[in-house]
Amino acid sequence: MTWLTRFGRFWWDFVIGDDWLVAVLVVIGIGATAALAAADVAAWWLLPLAVPLILWLSLRRAIRSTT
Amino acid sequence: MSTGDTFLFLSAFLASGVEFVEALTIVLAAGLARGWRSSLTGLAAATLVLAIITAALGPALTKIPIDALRLVVGGLLLVFGLQWLRKAILRASGYKALHDEDAIFAQEMADASGAEHVERAGVDWYGFTLAFKGVLLEGLEVVFIVLTFGSAQGSIPLAAAGAAAALLLVAGVGVAVRAPLARVPENAMKFAVGLMLTTFGVFWSVEGAGGSWPGSDAAILGVLGWVGLMSFLLVRLLRHERRTQLRTAEAQA
Repeated sequence: MTWLTRFGRFWWDFVIGDDWLVAVLVVIGIGATAALAAADVAAWWLLPLAVPLILWLSLRRAIRSTT
Repeated sequence: MSTGDTFLFLSAFLASGVEFVEALTIVLAAGLARGWRSSLTGLAAATLVLAIITAALGPALTKIPIDALRLVVGGLLLVFGLQWLRKAILRASGYKALHDEDAIFAQEMADASGAEHVERAGVDWYGFTLAFKGVLLEGLEVVFIVLTFGSAQGSIPLAAAGAAAALLLVAGVGVAVRAPLARVPENAMKFAVGLMLTTFGVFWSVEGAGGSWPGSDAAILGVLGWVGLMSFLLVRLLRHERRTQLRTAEAQA
């Protein structure tokens, strides 16, 4: 493994962690929040609703991989 | 002190405290198994590297416009926080083994005692690298937390004060007992840190994305309560599911 690969892997593990789906859904959630805010619609409620949904999906994936 | 500032100090204190407890376990294992000189040299070298990273990144972060900073920091904290929460919920519901500082210490001691003795620059190389890598990796998380929390809330010194208070407490107790801090309720602390990281992540992501919160800073408490309630319900649900699975498996055996 080259130094660059190890460096990239370290930062991937540090920031993204065990489940990449969490990062993808967070980016989608923030994007949707920005879109609502840009359209002058109240946007604060979207991410709090997304949090339990993301957690649930990620937990199910983790449980499926361990059992 | 405002709600945001109090929350900032507590979050930095708790999150850093968890990392310092883990770093202490590694430094103790390296010191007891390979000698204190190599372990403390590794600790000092890692601290120096962390200080350089902080000095380089801290001032740079303050130059970034606050909304862009909150958007990026909020997103990162949200990803970080959800990963912490996921692990904490899996532990609390029985799907993942609890974090056990005593067991980790015993494993580190066994690995360190069995490793070959190689001396470089007057220190035992294994002890040095074990302490250096452990402190650097745990310390990087502390640096990340202090800089992101502090810059997004507009007070790096307050976040640093929270981390410094945790360092003094953990180092003081560690020097006094010279054993891993197994009695620290680390699993509960990790759950709390996951809640706080997720809360700050949600709060700043919304602000950075152009949204605004009803009640301004006070909304942090509402978000914390909501994330806490949802996490509690998920733990209850998964714990019930886990027990049913185990009972079924027992009945079939």
